[in-house]
Order: sequence, then structure tokens, then C-alpha cells
Amino acid sequence: MSQKQFREVIREAIGEEMERDENVFIMGEEVAEYNGAYKATQGLLDRFGSKRVIDTPISELGFSGLGVGAAMNGLRPIVEFMTFNFAVVGIDQIINNAAKIRHMSGGQVKIPIVFRGPNGSAGQLGATHSVAYESLYAHFPGLITIHPSEPYDAKGLLKAAIRNDNPVIFLESEQMYGMKQEVPDEEYVLPIGQAEVKREGSDVTVVADGKMYHVAKQAADQLAKDGVEVELIDPRTIKPYDIETVIKSVKKTNRCVVVNESHPFAGVAGEVGFLIQREAFDYLDAPVQRVTIPDVPSPFSKKLFDAWLPGPKQVIDAVNTVTYRN
Amino acid sequence: MATIIDMPKLSDTMEEGTIAKWNIKEGDKVEAGDIVAEVETDKATMDLEAFDGGTVLKIFVKEGDAVPLGEKLAILGEEGEDISDLEGGGSDAGGSDEKKSDDKAEEEDSGEKSEKADSGEEKDSDKDEESDKDEDSAEKKGSDNKGDEKAGKEEESGDADAGKSDENGRVKASPLARKIAKEKGIDLSKVSGSGPHGRIIKADVEDFKEEAPADKPSTEKPAADKASAEKADLPKPSVTGASMREDEDIKVSQMRKTIGKRLAESKFTSPHFYETIDMDMKKAMEVRSALNEVSDVKISFNDLVVKACAVALRQHPWINASWKGDVVRLHGDVNVAVAVAIDEGLLTPVIRHADQKGLRDISIETKDFAAKARDKKLQPEDWEGSTFTISNLGMFGIEEFTAIINPPNAAILAVGAIRDVPVVEDGQVVPGKRMKVTLSSDHRVIDGAKAAEFLNTVRKLIENPASMLL
Repeated sequence: MSQKQFREVIREAIGEEMERDENVFIMGEEVAEYNGAYKATQGLLDRFGSKRVIDTPISELGFSGLGVGAAMNGLRPIVEFMTFNFAVVGIDQIINNAAKIRHMSGGQVKIPIVFRGPNGSAGQLGATHSVAYESLYAHFPGLITIHPSEPYDAKGLLKAAIRNDNPVIFLESEQMYGMKQEVPDEEYVLPIGQAEVKREGSDVTVVADGKMYHVAKQAADQLAKDGVEVELIDPRTIKPYDIETVIKSVKKTNRCVVVNESHPFAGVAGEVGFLIQREAFDYLDAPVQRVTIPDVPSPFSKKLFDAWLPGPKQVIDAVNTVTYRN
Repeated sequence: MATIIDMPKLSDTMEEGTIAKWNIKEGDKVEAGDIVAEVETDKATMDLEAFDGGTVLKIFVKEGDAVPLGEKLAILGEEGEDISDLEGGGSDAGGSDEKKSDDKAEEEDSGEKSEKADSGEEKDSDKDEESDKDEDSAEKKGSDNKGDEKAGKEEESGDADAGKSDENGRVKASPLARKIAKEKGIDLSKVSGSGPHGRIIKADVEDFKEEAPADKPSTEKPAADKASAEKADLPKPSVTGASMREDEDIKVSQMRKTIGKRLAESKFTSPHFYETIDMDMKKAMEVRSALNEVSDVKISFNDLVVKACAVALRQHPWINASWKGDVVRLHGDVNVAVAVAIDEGLLTPVIRHADQKGLRDISIETKDFAAKARDKKLQPEDWEGSTFTISNLGMFGIEEFTAIINPPNAAILAVGAIRDVPVVEDGQVVPGKRMKVTLSSDHRVIDGAKAAEFLNTVRKLIENPASMLL
């Protein structure tokens, strides 16, 4: 085991998979010569050469389509978006081609492609550069959506994503690239679609993905001091969603708060809340609560931004609501 | 500006009222002072007056519905005014909403059957929208009020949704609480909820203790079996006892509820003790006849008892008292309540300052109250503020009985019939007229000797009515 940063394990996962399968290649803005906008691809150009580590022009629609075409022809592209905010420009290729070609060809053509890059807000970046897309991509059948919160999960799941024969949306975070965790030195792959109970508790289930996992974790630590034991679940994969793990926990705790960085309407948190009431109705002692960003774009002002992005306080408030502590 | 008419407190013991009759319907114009409804309280049927004028925009409650204090009854305002923000808790809105979601549920069911999996999910999510409002609002609460104004509105309507249910008599409980209650056989209507809007939650059901276990006869059963086995040998009765009449359940009226509640509270909390005294009524009867020859109203024996008690109470302040927990209040006024039986129950109108009133006034007032009571026209001020109560069943030939103290009084006098009895006078058995009265006293306030002294005073006054003139 050794301490590794999020960006290091992303690099390792890509490197290992490129070693393992020569069909794997990576392209995107600044991935090669500049070693990646966030240094996730540092050193890969030197190791694998410019045929497999490709700098693209600023043309998301173009290189997304290029990736889909390469995948149709048997290669396994990794397409890096400098942020998923820019992927919106290429989203036709993702939603209409990558996600649907296998379906439309009656299963004849597989699309083994990974679209990856940072997702969600990262401080004062303004409304158009602060969007969390996990709910949007999870909406479309044909796409796998992964939203890890910690380096260990990120490495194992990225390797699984590269090996998967379906298009995968792999969501990272600018604010998590420097985050460190003990990661095994030997190779490992994690199953897609499996949540993990990262903290056991008996009073309330809190489900939180990506960056919000860390917010929920802080809330859980604070609540533990007040005697409230939170069972904290990291779904890790948004789609397919491991609802079984959540239901099992809710049947134990009878209360649930879902924390997610998307907007509330038609978001992941709403869907999870729905599934809980359908699968565990008789076990609920309170309506499921969710904590999300509000139904407004990100503000730029520091004060407004801090009020906009949920923090531990919002999670604690929601936990207090479902446990009838306020 | 729309105003809400809600259930007012029309008597000091009232907790809910029943709309006996609406005089208005939606769309009617109402002026301040108009009588908009008749409300049956625990004591009487009273008029509900409108304090403001306007058009009746909404009526929430049907005739015959019982409504807790403060609950919305109707909304007045200007025609066409938007009252959606005031409508929270409206039974109409609630009803139709529920229906809608039922319909949708059906749709969804059939969808899931025919298409299964994926498309079924889509329909599910369709339905989810409905409940989303609620959830959203709750979430806004949970995750700080960082939402926009729209979210704030949703919160209100969400709350209204939750509030509607109790008007339909539905018990609000979390699904888990329902499940536990079912498993344990607990009647949720007996559990009080500690959650928002009185929602019963897990903790409430788990902490709930049934007052009296319903199935105790398990030990008695074998004995009964044995008895019936023995009976088997006996000849069968010729009449089989087929039921002549079905059991009938009568809804408990507001008055019965109050009688039950107040008297149970009195009997269970104040330690009663009873003292009976027998008095000679010969002189009282003579005085009454003499008075009635000159009086324009007929003086009854009860009037004499009221007057005697009032005079005695002035001399025995500890009987004219109330238990107040930390203090015993000795009342300055002597206000004697007289129990009046009516078909639905009984009422206790109060003869105020009875010690200062003459028999004629007492008689007139009592007759007036009795008539009003039978017509259910008594007003709260007629029955409030008593310091002592008299209950008389003499006219039914009851020799003696014990009454339950009428709170917040400390004592009640139960008056029996005047009997013809042989009495010994100067060593001779002669015909006598006797009457027994029984004082029920709250031992927290009154001790045995004090009660006895009071009864002796009453007896002396009745036996020598002229002394009441002193």
C-alpha cells in the first residue's frame, strides 16, 4: 500500500490499461505535450508515444465523434474533457451515438469508450463551469455513469470502465485531484455498479456520491459527537445504481438522506428517494430527505456560492429532520 | 383581503365543535354580525357570528363534522380573490388530490404489468412528480432555506397536503409506525404522534402502552367451560332468548364527551368521601306552603335547599372552595350550580350570589335555566363560575345517592326525596317528614369534620327556615 493522489491513480489506471491492451489510447485537449490540464496524464506521452496519447484541437464535438468512430472500429478510446462543462458541446456524440449505436445496430456494434474528466463545481468558476452532470448522463440508457469519491475507488473503477464494452461516463473533480488515500501497489479492478457502506451506523442512512461524499462524511463525524450514528453509503456508480445496498441499510435505520450535487428536479437524489419509498415503504419512519444544490445555476459571488453549494450543515439539518431531532 | 373563520372557543371546556348547520354557502355575501353557522359545543348549540363582511370563498367543513378549536371553517374575501395560500388544510383539495393519485396508481400498475422493467420505471417516475412537491419542500427545510421563492411556496403547499388528512379522520403515521402498530396490534388512533403535524413515528408506537389489556378472561375461561358443562345436564329453558332488538351504536355527542371526560377526571383525581345527614322537613313544608300562598312564583323544596346551602357556604368558606394544586382557593362569591337533566345529558347552570338572593329570585332563575337548558339555549356564561353544586333526584323518589364532584368545585350535595317515616318525638312514635342529603367532598380540600359542620348548618337552616332570614 502507498499514499496516492486521485490524479496519480487516474494516471496509473490509464497507464496500466494501455500496457495491458494496445487498443487503448487517450485523446483530449492538452493531454499529451502539456501532460494534462490537471496532470492526470503526466508522462503518458513519453511512455506510449503520440499515436496513443493525442492532443486534440478545442473541438469537443469533433474528438468525441472521433472517439465513437474509433470505438466502432475496435479501438478502446479514452476521451478526456478538460471539464465536463465543455463536453456539452460534444454531447450529441455522447448521447445520440455512443449511447445508442449498440442498441440501433441490434447489438452488432459495441462502443468501448470512456469519456472522463472533472465534473461539478470547483469554487468560483461561474454558472457555466460549475455544473454537475451525473444526473443528466444517468438519465440516458446505454451509458454507464461512474462518480467515485476516493482514489482507491477511482482507480479500480476506471480500469473496469476501460475494460467495459459500453460507453462509460467517468466523472472526476478538480477539487479531489490532490486528495490522497492508501492504495494497493498490486493491480486491482473494482466491479461497476456496487455501492460501499463506508461507515456503519444505526440511526440514519446517508447516501452521497463524488465530492458530496466528503461533505456527508464531515456531517457524519459531527453528528457522531451528538450521538447520531450515520450509516454512510457511497454509491460510487450512479448508473447502474446499487439500490439494494441502500435499501438494506434503510431497512435497518428507517431513515434516509440523499446527498447529491446535481440540481434537485429529476435528479439522482429524487430517483433514489423514489426507489426507497417503493422498495422500503413499510420501513420508513420519516419521508426521505435530499440535499442538493438548489434549482438555480451557480452564482459567482463567494458569499452566494457558499450558500449555494451544500455543506455539512445542510446534511446535518436534513438528518435532524428525518430523525425528528428538530 | 381574505379572512379565515375558524372554530372559536365558545365555552371554557370546549375542545371541539360540531357544525350543526351552515347558514351560508360558497359564493354568498356575508355582512359583519351575520350568523353564519350554528355550532354544537359540549354544552349548547351556539350561533357563530361573522366578524368581517365579504363573499364566502370557501367552506372547509361539512355539516355534522366535528372540528377542533382553531381549525379553519371557511374563508371570506372578495370575489375572485386568490386564496390558495390560505387554503392549507382544505378538505376539498385534499379529497381530489388523493383521487388523482389513486387513478395514477392504477395506470401505473397496468403499465408495469404489460411492459415490465424499463417502461414500467418510466411510468413510475411519472407518478413520482406528485410526491416530489412534498419532498422538495421538506428538503428545503432540511438543507437550509437556500431555495428560491418558488421553493418556499412549494413548502406551504406541501405542508397543506400533510395537514389535510386529519379532517378525513385519517391517522397520520409513518409507514414504519403503521407496520409496527399492526404487528403489535396497537390501535393507532389511541397513539399520539410526536412528529410534524402530529405524525406518529416509530418511537411513539414503541413507547405506547395500552391502558387496559383487552384479553384478560384467559384465566376465567376454564371455569366458564366447567359451568357450562354442569349446566348441560339441567333441563333447557323453554324460552331461548332470541334477540328482540339489534345492538345500536349511538355516536357520542359533544355533551356526553364532556360529561364523560370531566366527571371521570373528577372521580379519578379528587379523592371523594361521602357524608349523609337526615333532616326533619316538617317546618320546611309548612314554611313552603305559607310562602306559596303569598308568592307569585311557586317556591320548590330545591329552592329552599339552594338558599340554605348558599347561606351555609357563606359560613363555611372551606366548602366553597377549589383545589388549585399549589393553593386552595376560597371563593369570595357563593355561586351555586343546579344540575338540570335534559335528554342528552345534564347541565349545571349557576345561580350567582345565591346567598344574597331571595327564594323568589332563586326560584325564577332556576325555572328559567331549566327551560333554557331543555331548549339548548344556555350560554357559556350561564354555566361557568360555579363554586358549589346541588343535584336533586328527590322528585324521582330516590331516597339518597352520591354525586360526583363538579370540578372545579370541592363539594356537591346530593338531595334525596322527602319521605313519610315514623319518628320518635318525646317518647312517642309519630308520623314524620324526613329528607336525606349526601355531601361528596374532595378530601384534598375538605376534611370529614368540616363537611359534617357544614351539613349540620344546612340541616339547622332547613329545619328552621326562619333562621335563613337572619
